[in-house]
Amino acid sequence: MNRYPLWKYVIVAFSLLVGLLYTLPNFFGESPAVQVSSAKATLKTDTKTLERVENTLKTANIESNGIFLDTNGVKVRLKDTDTQLKVKDLLEKQFNPDASDPQYVVALNLLSSSPQWLTSMGALPMYLGLDLRGGVHFLLEVDMKGALTKRLDSTAADLRSLFRDKNVRHGGINREGERISIRFRDEETRTKARNALQDNQPDLTLIEQGEGSDLKLVATLKPTAVKKIQEFAIKQNMGTLHNRINELGVAEPVIAQQGADRIVVQLPGVQDTAKAKDILGRTATLEIRMVDDTAGALEAAMAGQVPFGTELYVERGGRPLLVKKQVLLTGDRLTDAQPGFDSQTHEPAVHLSLDSTGSRIFKELTRDNVGKRMAILLIEKGKGEVVTAPVIRTEIGGGRVQISGSMNTVEANDTALLLRAGSLAAPMEIIEERTIGPSLGADNITKGFHSTMWGFAAISVFMIAYYMLFGLISVTALASNLLFLVALLSLLQATLTLPGIAAIALTLGMAIDSNVLINERIREELRNGASPQAAIRGGYEHAFDTILDSNITTLIAGVALLIFGSGPVRGFAVVHCLGILTSFFSAVVVSRALVNLVYGGRKIQSLSIGQIWKPGNSTVASK
Amino acid sequence: MEFFRIKKDIPFMRHALVFNVISLITFLLAVFFLFSRGLHLSVEFTGGTLIEVAYTQAADLGKIREGLGKAGYTDIAVQNFGSSQDVMIRLPLKEEQSSAKIGESVMEVLNAEAPGATLRRVEFVGPQVGKELAENGSLALLLVILGIVLYLAMRFEWRFSVSAIIANLHDVIIILGFFAFFQWEFSLSVLAAVLAVLGYSVNESVVVFDRVRETFKKVRGLTTPQVLDHAITTTISRTIITHGSTQLMVLSMLIFGGETLHYFSLALTIGICFGIYSSVLVASPLVMWLGVSREHFVKPKKQIEGANEEGAVV
Repeated sequence: MNRYPLWKYVIVAFSLLVGLLYTLPNFFGESPAVQVSSAKATLKTDTKTLERVENTLKTANIESNGIFLDTNGVKVRLKDTDTQLKVKDLLEKQFNPDASDPQYVVALNLLSSSPQWLTSMGALPMYLGLDLRGGVHFLLEVDMKGALTKRLDSTAADLRSLFRDKNVRHGGINREGERISIRFRDEETRTKARNALQDNQPDLTLIEQGEGSDLKLVATLKPTAVKKIQEFAIKQNMGTLHNRINELGVAEPVIAQQGADRIVVQLPGVQDTAKAKDILGRTATLEIRMVDDTAGALEAAMAGQVPFGTELYVERGGRPLLVKKQVLLTGDRLTDAQPGFDSQTHEPAVHLSLDSTGSRIFKELTRDNVGKRMAILLIEKGKGEVVTAPVIRTEIGGGRVQISGSMNTVEANDTALLLRAGSLAAPMEIIEERTIGPSLGADNITKGFHSTMWGFAAISVFMIAYYMLFGLISVTALASNLLFLVALLSLLQATLTLPGIAAIALTLGMAIDSNVLINERIREELRNGASPQAAIRGGYEHAFDTILDSNITTLIAGVALLIFGSGPVRGFAVVHCLGILTSFFSAVVVSRALVNLVYGGRKIQSLSIGQIWKPGNSTVASK
Repeated sequence: MEFFRIKKDIPFMRHALVFNVISLITFLLAVFFLFSRGLHLSVEFTGGTLIEVAYTQAADLGKIREGLGKAGYTDIAVQNFGSSQDVMIRLPLKEEQSSAKIGESVMEVLNAEAPGATLRRVEFVGPQVGKELAENGSLALLLVILGIVLYLAMRFEWRFSVSAIIANLHDVIIILGFFAFFQWEFSLSVLAAVLAVLGYSVNESVVVFDRVRETFKKVRGLTTPQVLDHAITTTISRTIITHGSTQLMVLSMLIFGGETLHYFSLALTIGICFGIYSSVLVASPLVMWLGVSREHFVKPKKQIEGANEEGAVV
């Protein structure tokens, strides 16, 4: 009796092997590396980039421990941090000859030193959270109200020009909070306006108000439109953040949406928070200026004599351009920029929307400068870049501008993106910030590791002293639990934080409960006079219900934490829940397999489970 | 080794009233301190900025306070964190300083007034976040309570689930009472510890109740207090050993885990100690007062069989 069928042993052995395999990468540590990835959406890192990195290192006579390409870019593994810094400088020079206009992100990184065959199996070390490896965490909130009012302002401007085109006489259009109210003098005009609006502004819900000669039409954005605006605002802000973070040279930045209006940014390894915040919070500005087309002026400027009141810029195509210093319009007047197609020629185009003041200025500007070129500049860090420089063909009113001609769809997309970057859809605010120094991260790892190790050691000593061989089996089961837990965390690449390590320790401390229950039950069975083999079976069987109940109640608490927890609590809850699941397997199945292996299938006189004390006469212990 | 050599069932239930009165007094004290002193909530809940800096030599807290005061910061708390070299600075949320620039400006002040500080950690939490955390925390607590009550009611009986949850909520309140009385910092990780303890010490009640159910089914002719005494006595060894083992782990965290895990493990320690007490000596009497009896566990079919034997069995 007490024998497991072979398949059960196989399952236990197999799971232990898999556990061991996936735990293994955590022991190899990390080696310094340099990573080259693309800073621009249009630029891809491919085998050519790989060759370029290889050649650069070869010419500089630096040996690497492997160069390889993955989805993030090209990674070079190096033997020490000195070479790492040297290689970084070298590659930086090679890949970004113009430091002011980086094409690639060259960043320091750490790579797992585990052998290739492990990595190719997907066995990676645990993913350490920021509190363990140092870095910056930001939680940004997008001001959705701001995005909506901005949109409403531009809609109000659209309405004005619409009514002008349709010859509808209104008594004023005003934005009041989140509504636009339009006044009318008579019913007939209002109906006319209403029809015009229904045809042209499908995003608005219209309500009629007022009576007599003071009639009003109140327009609000439809919920679907509001949702669309909010999604757009978040996406755009994330895109902008992405571009900016590329500049920081972070190896593995995390930019993720959280909830409806929040963005999490995590920059592992970044210590200079001031710079990070500066770059994240920076708004590039957009300026519209006129191009100086005076004959001979451009040639003079190229020769080094820039005429007074102008600046020399290079267009994106590479052609030089002389632009006047006077700023006619800035990016805050721009409410949207979208790539699209010209409705008549079907050429790729960029559609811009301006708010009411912007439209007025733009109308005057275009009226006075028909036939001339204007330049749209993106000013970032005090440096300008000409996004596009179209020729003005006619006067443009109404705030809807289309730029088309001599561009393909990719360029139209890029231009729209740049224009939008110059005017964030909605302002963002940092609502949570956490900076952890690298020394603190290392400290936290040591502290967490020591707590777990000494706690485990203390429990082991006690269990073995108290339950002898059964104690040893319990401790082995507990160790296998730790193995499974670490393997699972590595496999899932769940973020391990300090509370997560605390959860590992606590879970181990609680998991021993199952084995204590079993061992106590076996002792009790023996005390009641059962034979050793029957006691083992009885002990495991009777304890099972209790173990199940107690694990489920603990799991309920864990799941609640998982659902409602955020930040540190979530890190704790993930590990806690996983730990309860693994402990169930290890305490019941693994320990039983061990017991069966030791005692199963033969006649035995006694169990090595410590001293069993039998009371002389028990009052109720017998049936 | 065998720690527990118990000859007879210990008559816990004879003193049930005493235990319940003790519990009630501790509970009321905890509630009193919670209201009179309140919890010392961490920055995560209140919003504000927390800055941890390290000096190479012992830090001059007075100088730091003075410097920050001169720079116009009010309501600041400056204290040592772990050792005399480490300093923790807490700044409240301010309307006019909505941006998260505080970290840098404080470092500037420190560099001017008390140079030599390296920045270890900055935590800034806006007011929105804090409020949400408090809400989510209460929701989590509610979910745990509901989940456990439903599960236990399903597995055992409503009387058991009600007593288990009362006993364990009493633990939670007492932990909070300790935090209020000593003005220890109540942070998110402490909240996690409290909820983990709630799930954990319900285990304790489950183990005892399991025995109660088993004894009711197997052994006839015992009064309810006798059954409870028997269940507690037979499980007391397991209770102490299990909690001892968990406490060993927690103790290790308390010793080696540093400041960050300090209050976390402290909350666990209190939770574990009161967990033993409450699940054994609070939950069981409650079950008794609620009037549990053998009929609640023996299936109707068997009851008909047992009806003939009533009184004939000892």
